[in-house]
Amino acid sequence: MSLSQTAALPRPPLRVPGGLLAWLVVLALTAACLAARAAWPWLVHFPAGWGLPVAAGIDLAMNAVANVLEPASRAVSTGLAAVLHAVQSGLHWLPWPVSIALVAVIAFQAGGWSLALFCALALGEFVLTGFWRPAMSTLALVVLAVPVSVAAGFALGAAAFARPRWRRPLEAVLDVMQTVPAFAYLIPLLLLFGFGPVVGLISAVIYATPPMTRCTLLGLQGVPDAIVESAIMSGCTKRQSFWRAELPAAREQLLIGVNQTTMATLGMVIVAAVIGGFDDIGWAVLSAIRKAEFGQSLLAGVVIALEAMVIDRITLGFALRSRASDRSVRLPPLWFCGVFLALLAVAVMSRGSLDEASVWLAGPHGQFGVDQLNAAVFALVRDHGGLFDALKNTALYYVLLPLRIGLAGAISPYTWGFALTAPVVAAYVALMAGLAAILAGAFGWRGAVGAAFGGCLLFFGFAGFPWPAFIAATGLFAWQAANRGAAILAVLALAFVLLGNMWGPFMLSLYLCGLAVLLSVLIGGGIGVLAAESPLVSRAVRPVCDTLQTMPQFVFLIPVLMLFKVGEFTALIAIMLYAIVPPIRYVEAGLRQVPPHIVEAAQQMGCTRTQMLLRVKLPLALPLVMLGINQTIAAGLSMLAIAAMVGTKDLGQEVYIALSKADAGRGAVAGLSIALIAIVCDRIICGAQAATR
Amino acid sequence: MTGLGVASGADVRRPIKLSCRDVWKIYGPHPSGFVAPAPLADAAALRARITAARHVAAVMDVSFDVHEGEIFVIMGLSGSGKSTIVRCLSRLVEPTSGHVLLDGEDLLAASPRRMIEIRRRAMGMVFQNFGLLPHLSVLDNVAFPLAIQGQKPAQRLARAREMVELVGLAGREDSLPHQLSGGQQQRVGIARSLAAGPELWFLDEPFSALDPLIRRQMQDEFLRLQRLLNKTIVFITHDIGEAFRLADRIAIMRDGVVIQIGTPSQIALDPADDYVAAFTEDVPLVRVIHASDVMTPGDDELLEPIAAGTALEALVPLLAAGSRGFRVVDAQGEGIGHVTAAAILDVLARDRARRRAA
Repeated sequence: MSLSQTAALPRPPLRVPGGLLAWLVVLALTAACLAARAAWPWLVHFPAGWGLPVAAGIDLAMNAVANVLEPASRAVSTGLAAVLHAVQSGLHWLPWPVSIALVAVIAFQAGGWSLALFCALALGEFVLTGFWRPAMSTLALVVLAVPVSVAAGFALGAAAFARPRWRRPLEAVLDVMQTVPAFAYLIPLLLLFGFGPVVGLISAVIYATPPMTRCTLLGLQGVPDAIVESAIMSGCTKRQSFWRAELPAAREQLLIGVNQTTMATLGMVIVAAVIGGFDDIGWAVLSAIRKAEFGQSLLAGVVIALEAMVIDRITLGFALRSRASDRSVRLPPLWFCGVFLALLAVAVMSRGSLDEASVWLAGPHGQFGVDQLNAAVFALVRDHGGLFDALKNTALYYVLLPLRIGLAGAISPYTWGFALTAPVVAAYVALMAGLAAILAGAFGWRGAVGAAFGGCLLFFGFAGFPWPAFIAATGLFAWQAANRGAAILAVLALAFVLLGNMWGPFMLSLYLCGLAVLLSVLIGGGIGVLAAESPLVSRAVRPVCDTLQTMPQFVFLIPVLMLFKVGEFTALIAIMLYAIVPPIRYVEAGLRQVPPHIVEAAQQMGCTRTQMLLRVKLPLALPLVMLGINQTIAAGLSMLAIAAMVGTKDLGQEVYIALSKADAGRGAVAGLSIALIAIVCDRIICGAQAATR
Repeated sequence: MTGLGVASGADVRRPIKLSCRDVWKIYGPHPSGFVAPAPLADAAALRARITAARHVAAVMDVSFDVHEGEIFVIMGLSGSGKSTIVRCLSRLVEPTSGHVLLDGEDLLAASPRRMIEIRRRAMGMVFQNFGLLPHLSVLDNVAFPLAIQGQKPAQRLARAREMVELVGLAGREDSLPHQLSGGQQQRVGIARSLAAGPELWFLDEPFSALDPLIRRQMQDEFLRLQRLLNKTIVFITHDIGEAFRLADRIAIMRDGVVIQIGTPSQIALDPADDYVAAFTEDVPLVRVIHASDVMTPGDDELLEPIAAGTALEALVPLLAAGSRGFRVVDAQGEGIGHVTAAAILDVLARDRARRRAA
């Protein structure tokens, strides 16, 4: 285009953009609702009588199904229980030195001497702390559930690969399977299969199948065309091509799927311990927490963490080894086999004295030093209680409460030092108007709209925000940021929550999880930036992330509960501990994958370090960062039901209560609500990314 | 293009091995509606119509014959349909319509079972990105087609070893693909494609992913193998230099249509249109034109004898040293004609004129 052409262009007339117009309407609706909420309280608190009897309907259907299936499901349950107890007794029967040696040999295959040593030491710790038997019970559950999950996941993934038409519905089912909190489907399983560990086993299979399915599909789709074509040109039949070329070419991804499935199984088996009845390690933690024996629960938590690490490192070792050049199975030296066999014989013959030895090793109270530890933890909390309380109260009064019930409710002379008088409100409005003006200058009208909405939300709180305004704003946001499909899904999801009479707990979940996600992204993102800039930080952070990620969710509760007792703040910290890993990882990975030639070009143009980060690297890292945020949200939501154990009032608590009352309908509605939040967020983020591409 | 007697393209003495007749490949929900009867009148208009209907015309009405023992090169830029047509020949891609005749048998009518049989016995293919199986050693990769056919391990490994030796990789039998360089990986690909002893050999841009120096080496290696094995070859490339270097005949494709088929000298001397001319202008004529292309009938026993396939480039120094012409002899040493100095100088002059015009 030449210069004269540019000059000849007519100036566009000043017009209000359609997007802004829609937002003005929504803001007006919000203002109207807020003004009318005193007269019509139903604008904020949706009356229970208006909802649909979704929960009751589910209960009814569930009972009908349970009645029909009960004979069959009870038979299955009995059969599975028999198998489960057989495996458990087998693992208990094996003398511990033999088990440790066996695990060490497997670990050696997976990762050499160092891994073998680590695993042997970790298992030795189980003996020393007296948690050998519960740890083996948990292992029995894992050993039974993993093959089923892997087989089912593989079959589903391979079927979806062969029939692309199945992929979309399957993805939707997988999303639900992974995002509905396990507690929610424990209830119908309890109704069907009766009380006992078998329910934990089945729920673990349900929860752990999706990763294998996804990895199978991903791996098979990732096989290069050239490999498939070369297989066909070699004269492979379809079957030969699949089993002999495509599957082996995808094996690394498949083994990573096995690793993820195993970890998911372990996590779920431990969560399912709330059902009780199997004397596993999850139960050990839970009962210790209930008795307020924090030292003991900490010890058991360490055992879980170590068990998770052992299983993770071994399965991951096999996956990574498949990539390495050395494919031959490394047999341990012959002398080792001889010693091992001798050990086995001796151990089996002297089982009684071994048991005595383990009791002796674990100390006179059955647990090595547990009393001292209990006392030490108690002393720590007692001596520094003031510090932890101060921290907790500050967060509670100045962050959590204002967000939950709004500044309008939180500001009081007792906590803030002043009352919410008219001049204070005026100052707040002026502050927000100024913020809106600044944001409008920086980001256009979208910035101003964001400030206006944020201001309202902060003033009236999540719990006091009228639902018509919230639904309208969410729908509009989803439409503009992503697409029409996401908007429709969002509105339907919110309608489900509203009509299912879950609006109150839903808003509390949004507030708790939203805050945890926001803080996780800010803090984790900051750590990720540091890690990307400094190899030292990166090296320091990596093992911490690895450990946090392999930890079953349950474990996070123990230390925070110890320090901060029950309450929302404790839940917040526990959620954050679990949700902080994705932003760290994805921000670092995103920044590191910025092509060096672009960084070089920006340097040449004279970017400072900050400019480089904010204007070059972060924009280019955005797709990965968004993926990280997506995963942070999923992680945060998945912690909700677990965090309910330390006292929250949100959807997680609804699920937990439903579980304790075996109320299938209530649990299903609350669980589905949590899943819908995750799925709607995912669709909006993915849609927004597709829209900007 | 007068003054130069150009020899006829295909070597008609050899029988036709593979015949591609009116093959079309159009992607989209309703592709067959666009197939027009041969000969294609206005390809560009039809292509525009197909694109407007949200279909993709990959290959439009392509026909050619490949003779036994011939190196038939299909040359075109990316998107020209060259990779699609070679996949139509082996039915890796199912053509929309047309016929592919292998020794007279229509492959497009063959049952899937029969097609597998044909691929196992009669076809070998080399891929641009090698397509080696990452979990198998070099030896097992080469033996893979034989394993698929159910050959006994001892037998297939012996054959694979032979092939690995043939491509110069002896000693690397137990390596895994990722431990090899690109050139070595493609040698494995070549060995694998030859393991079952096919008559037809498809090579889809086999050397495009390699460094220039390695590419040159591999081209020499390829010519050596072909002298040894005498396969019927369809070779795909986007590199005109490679095409001229290797081809007995070249088909030039553009936008899914073949725009010219001929020997390198035919294409260099008599380009079908400006597009082909622009392609060939960098190729020195003296390199692609052989003695047999410019010889005049009549034996002259007094002249220095040269082989019919000698490039004129090799004769220029002899001319400068005082030769006044050459006697062209066939493989048996029989004189079949002679080349005058004037004919060679004529080509040189045309080369200069072309270069000046460019």
